[in-house]
Amino acid sequence: MSRRKAYYANKIKRAAHLLFYRRHRKPGAKGWELRKALGSDYPKVLKILDKYLKALDLQVKMVFEEAKPAEKPTLEELDKARFYITLRGELTSKEPKMIGWRIDDLAGLAITIAYVISKKGKTSRKEVEELLRDKLPGWKVGLNIDRYIHYGYLTQDENEQLYLDWRVRAEVDQKTLIDLLLSTEA
Amino acid sequence: MQSKRTRKKLGREKLQGIIELCKPVEERSLDPFLIDIDEVISIIREYFPEWKLPEDLCLDAETVHHLASVIKLQSEWVKHRSTSLYTDPFLLEEKLTRVSKEEIVEIFLKAWHPTVELEQISLHSLAEATRYWKGLLPLDERWKAISPEKIETGLATREELIRQRILRDKTFSEELENFWQGLKKMVEEKSENGKIRYWDFVGAETYEETVHRAFMTSFLVTYGYATLEIYPLEEENFIKPYEKPVTKIGKKQLVSIPIAITVEDWTKWKRGELK
Repeated sequence: MSRRKAYYANKIKRAAHLLFYRRHRKPGAKGWELRKALGSDYPKVLKILDKYLKALDLQVKMVFEEAKPAEKPTLEELDKARFYITLRGELTSKEPKMIGWRIDDLAGLAITIAYVISKKGKTSRKEVEELLRDKLPGWKVGLNIDRYIHYGYLTQDENEQLYLDWRVRAEVDQKTLIDLLLSTEA
Repeated sequence: MQSKRTRKKLGREKLQGIIELCKPVEERSLDPFLIDIDEVISIIREYFPEWKLPEDLCLDAETVHHLASVIKLQSEWVKHRSTSLYTDPFLLEEKLTRVSKEEIVEIFLKAWHPTVELEQISLHSLAEATRYWKGLLPLDERWKAISPEKIETGLATREELIRQRILRDKTFSEELENFWQGLKKMVEEKSENGKIRYWDFVGAETYEETVHRAFMTSFLVTYGYATLEIYPLEEENFIKPYEKPVTKIGKKQLVSIPIAITVEDWTKWKRGELK
């Protein structure tokens, strides 16, 4: 193995450890943490790791602190971004159960996220509860919303307003969700 | 021609009107584009040379502040509409109510890429655990130190528990309900316009009782049994009971209003110096 290859192989292992193993409250790592651990060429290391992960249907997902920059992100923007390992493709309809999601809970999550997006990212908890109560048993509605908050899909302020949280930005392709929803014939 | 005084009065009224118009927009109950910014700015500009007193200048600044919030909301609206994520919320809501659980899950699975994460023990936590283990006394030493007192068990009556403040003699909701009735009665007896000065209601013989009444009053307002009317310029606060409890959560954006209950204020109120 050439010296250069060995150098990157080592860095890729280290990057995989940092991204797979959870060290903080949130999974993944911030750009600056990766730079500190892997050196200034960490974007290149992540690119190679992403290529390796492709075969496993996984990917390195970059989530910017604010909106995604229109052009190539600056080093400062990369430092502030958070990097995760996520599924590259899609789960089949039988798989959510395997990772601990019941169909009711997942449907509730999808409805909640789509509804908050339609309300420009902010809506009252009461409205979401009313919407969910239509298809979920009343006692479950509040529990489910609390669960979505606990997982980091939603966040709630002191006025009981709900917002989308970090996990939606990391895991959900919001545009695809809305487009697919609008194109249904229901 | 209008006298200077009348003109000032008219100006104040107009600024107050602008503030009142901006508030529902800020609370998201009105469309921000209903406000004609150019016209409002021209009114603010027209009366600005008249203001000499600090109160008038404060009112002017407050108007500009509210107007800035409206402009911010307008800009957010334009920004959102210009993004690819914009969709007609009514159309989307309609779809959400019609789509079945199975369909929505099918759709969501196409847009959902869950994160992969592993939880494990870290070097740091191992080091922490080792330190803890080293400092931990052997069991026989620890158990020696704990020699629990032998206590005779027995039965306690409800009255005893109330005396020891483990139980309350009334539930909180009962107490709040009685407190509300008390407010309504006091307003009926002492006021003609359905409200009473805040301090006249919460003020009591002792400071402790005053604090307790202020505490209960805060729940009356939060749970929709009463409302507060604040007049910042006059520095007057009123409390107004509702005939029936009103649910406000979800309809309006709720705000917190801190009212200090200091010993100084209470003493002033006792001396009749505080309204």
